Amino acid sequence: MSEISHILPLSKPKEGISRTGTWRLKKPVIDHSKCVKCMMCWLHCPESTIDVVESSDKFVEVNYDFCKGCGVCANVCPVKAISMVPEG
Amino acid sequence: MHLTGNYAVAWAVKLSRVKVVSAYPITPQTTIVEKISEFVESGMMDAKIVRVESEHSALATVFGAASSGVRAFTATSSHGLMYMYEMVWWSAGARVPIVMAIVTRTIGAPWNIWSDHSDFMSQRDTGWLMMFAEHNQEVLDSVIQLFRISEDPRVYLPGMIALDAFILSHTTEPVDIPDQSLVDSFLPGRRQPYTFKSGDPITMGNLPSNPRDNMRMRWDVHKSLVAAKKVITEVDREWSKLTGRSYGGLIECYMCSDAKYFIIGAGAWVGDMREAVDMLRSEGYEVGLIKLRFVRPFPVEELAEVMRGGKGAIVFDRSVSAGSAGPLYLDTVAHLGALNVEVPVKNVIAGIAGVDVTYNDIAGVVRSFIEEIESKGVVSNYVEWYFR
Repeated sequence: MSEISHILPLSKPKEGISRTGTWRLKKPVIDHSKCVKCMMCWLHCPESTIDVVESSDKFVEVNYDFCKGCGVCANVCPVKAISMVPEG
Repeated sequence: MHLTGNYAVAWAVKLSRVKVVSAYPITPQTTIVEKISEFVESGMMDAKIVRVESEHSALATVFGAASSGVRAFTATSSHGLMYMYEMVWWSAGARVPIVMAIVTRTIGAPWNIWSDHSDFMSQRDTGWLMMFAEHNQEVLDSVIQLFRISEDPRVYLPGMIALDAFILSHTTEPVDIPDQSLVDSFLPGRRQPYTFKSGDPITMGNLPSNPRDNMRMRWDVHKSLVAAKKVITEVDREWSKLTGRSYGGLIECYMCSDAKYFIIGAGAWVGDMREAVDMLRSEGYEVGLIKLRFVRPFPVEELAEVMRGGKGAIVFDRSVSAGSAGPLYLDTVAHLGALNVEVPVKNVIAGIAGVDVTYNDIAGVVRSFIEEIESKGVVSNYVEWYFR
């Protein structure tokens, strides 16, 4: 039996086209020397804008194209490595 | 073994190697999932039971489990099915094979636990495969068959089976339970159009960029239901080779070959219709019975082929589309008319809210129908509410 193709309600997720980073009033700035790599910010970000990069100088980074500046990451960081800095 | 209809469902689910079961208790469905729980607790069945707070969640759970690649099952009745209604549409639109047993029970108000087909027939536009069982052996065989049909790549749609409350669900009958090896040879490994896996993200059900794509998805559901007719017939034939039991696929005819008048019905009372046919035949009436085993897909051509050249037919409906007529009747006359089968068809709405209907009642209705046609040539009351 040949495989039948159906018209399915499926899509592949991709990066959004709407740059919600422009909504931001304050931006999260990470002090990487304080970071303990617990990934709490990555886990709690409601927009998934924190990426684990594991490079030599930083463990996580913020995608400022989409970060709306809600401050959840700064709030959950157990070592206060993230500060919310007003946008200039 | 002697099994109630509900236990026959549970055995079929076990034999089909279902991996996830989720349901919310409702009379008269409850003993299906109780029995499955017993199988799982005693180690006879390797499955996970997920307890939920509502039927909406039960079907959502089963839908989610099935989407990730396992056979999944749920069962409900009446108000539980009403509560599930949104997810019934979603699982058909998503094209995820699932099997659900509906122990048919009337819908309130007022509260009532007895059988009619209002709950089941109200699902007829959703895109699910929909079938009725007449007796407990057919219940067991059909649940297994429904997994096979639902998972066929030509179909890829969920399926529901109706068994009448108490008449089947809580009544014990001798039922042959096939060997696990027989069922394994009949049911291939799980097949489905896509599977949710970690590391391969896909989105199901996102807003379509163009509603025309959406309309084509609905068209595909319809086409696949029509394509399922062939699959249903093949599956019935194969099951019959393995077990010696055939139910005719979409419809089953009893004493139809020389019949001039036809009784058309679905569900447990088809058994009473058989008795009525025997009784009427002994009185000299040329009557046959057409049992609708599947109502979605609706067996249009199959009915037309049997009824062409007949003198009259009565469709018995155990539910009603209030303000119009019985749903089985509406489907029957709409398609027969279009296929130029010019047979007068009468609708008898009976057994609503669990009112008992005996073979004497059925024979009586058929007798007066035939006498009216033979003497006057027309049907005076073509949608009749039969009160006992």
